[in-house]
Amino acid sequence: MSRSNYRRGLLAGIPIALGYFAVGLTFGIYAQSTGFTPLQATLTSLSNLSSTGQLAGVNIISRLGGYVELATAILIINMRYLLMSFSLVTKIDPKLSTAKRMLISFAITDEIYAVSSQEKGILDERFFFGLMTLPILGWTSGTLIGSSLGPVLPPLIASAFGIAIYCMFIAIIVPPARNNFKLLLIILASITLNLLFLKLPLLKNLASGWRLTIVAVIAAGAAAIIWPKEAVDE
Amino acid sequence: MSEERIFVGILVMAAATYLPRVLPMLLLRRPIRNLRLLAFFEYVPFAVIAAMTFPDILSSTANLPSALVGAGIALLLAWLRNSLFTVALGGMAGVMLTELIQSLL
Repeated sequence: MSRSNYRRGLLAGIPIALGYFAVGLTFGIYAQSTGFTPLQATLTSLSNLSSTGQLAGVNIISRLGGYVELATAILIINMRYLLMSFSLVTKIDPKLSTAKRMLISFAITDEIYAVSSQEKGILDERFFFGLMTLPILGWTSGTLIGSSLGPVLPPLIASAFGIAIYCMFIAIIVPPARNNFKLLLIILASITLNLLFLKLPLLKNLASGWRLTIVAVIAAGAAAIIWPKEAVDE
Repeated sequence: MSEERIFVGILVMAAATYLPRVLPMLLLRRPIRNLRLLAFFEYVPFAVIAAMTFPDILSSTANLPSALVGAGIALLLAWLRNSLFTVALGGMAGVMLTELIQSLL
């Protein structure tokens, strides 16, 4: 029983792992282009397991931003994990040990959360451990290969990988926003605010982590005040 | 960049990433009920990712024209609901093709 749940998780993790390998590759190339060694880039991926947060973090570190700026930006960007954790905690066995809860927490990412939240009934921790195994491997090995190969890539390939991570961001936010006026407006508002912050005197001196944080809190906060979530029956 | 700076930075990132993941798991047994807070959590990633993408995407390649072509193709493919992988490959192909043509002109 335990074996089969772990194996079922492993299988469910294969498509996520393939995607993470590709994104890990582009993160590795980006990290080495800002001055990270392959060891440092791989360590970042192994200890963080979060694409958007890592990209912003590496960017802030390489621009010599302060640690408070770094921590605040990462916390805001990863605020959604708080929500996912809140939601998953209601699906696991209430008697699950602290150690196992801490292990599950480590692998709460957008994709792993999306798959595990679809489990019927109580979420078996062995399924979750199976599910997280290959994506962690894919993400870390992709980063190692990307950061090692980055310097020897021809300019044309490097240019293409430079845009890859942004294309993935577009692929994450555009499809859900297509038929959702609220999300579309939030995206446009956030971009407009971001441009204002980049161009206006004084504001343009703001470090990138603070800028992202403030822009996101204003855009998402205003939207949450205008459109709170509809109450859903338990 | 000093090595120490990078390692401390990685530690700070790891802690700030793990904290929101682990706190509810350890402390809470019941879901959030505040509807504004729920909405805020749902909207934040869209706002953050949008601000991270634009205008930075325009300076992510060797020159502006290739970035514009790549971004345009990615937007179109994403709008047509293609997978993450397809959108990325399409954008990258657009960039490579544009820069290849530029080098021939």
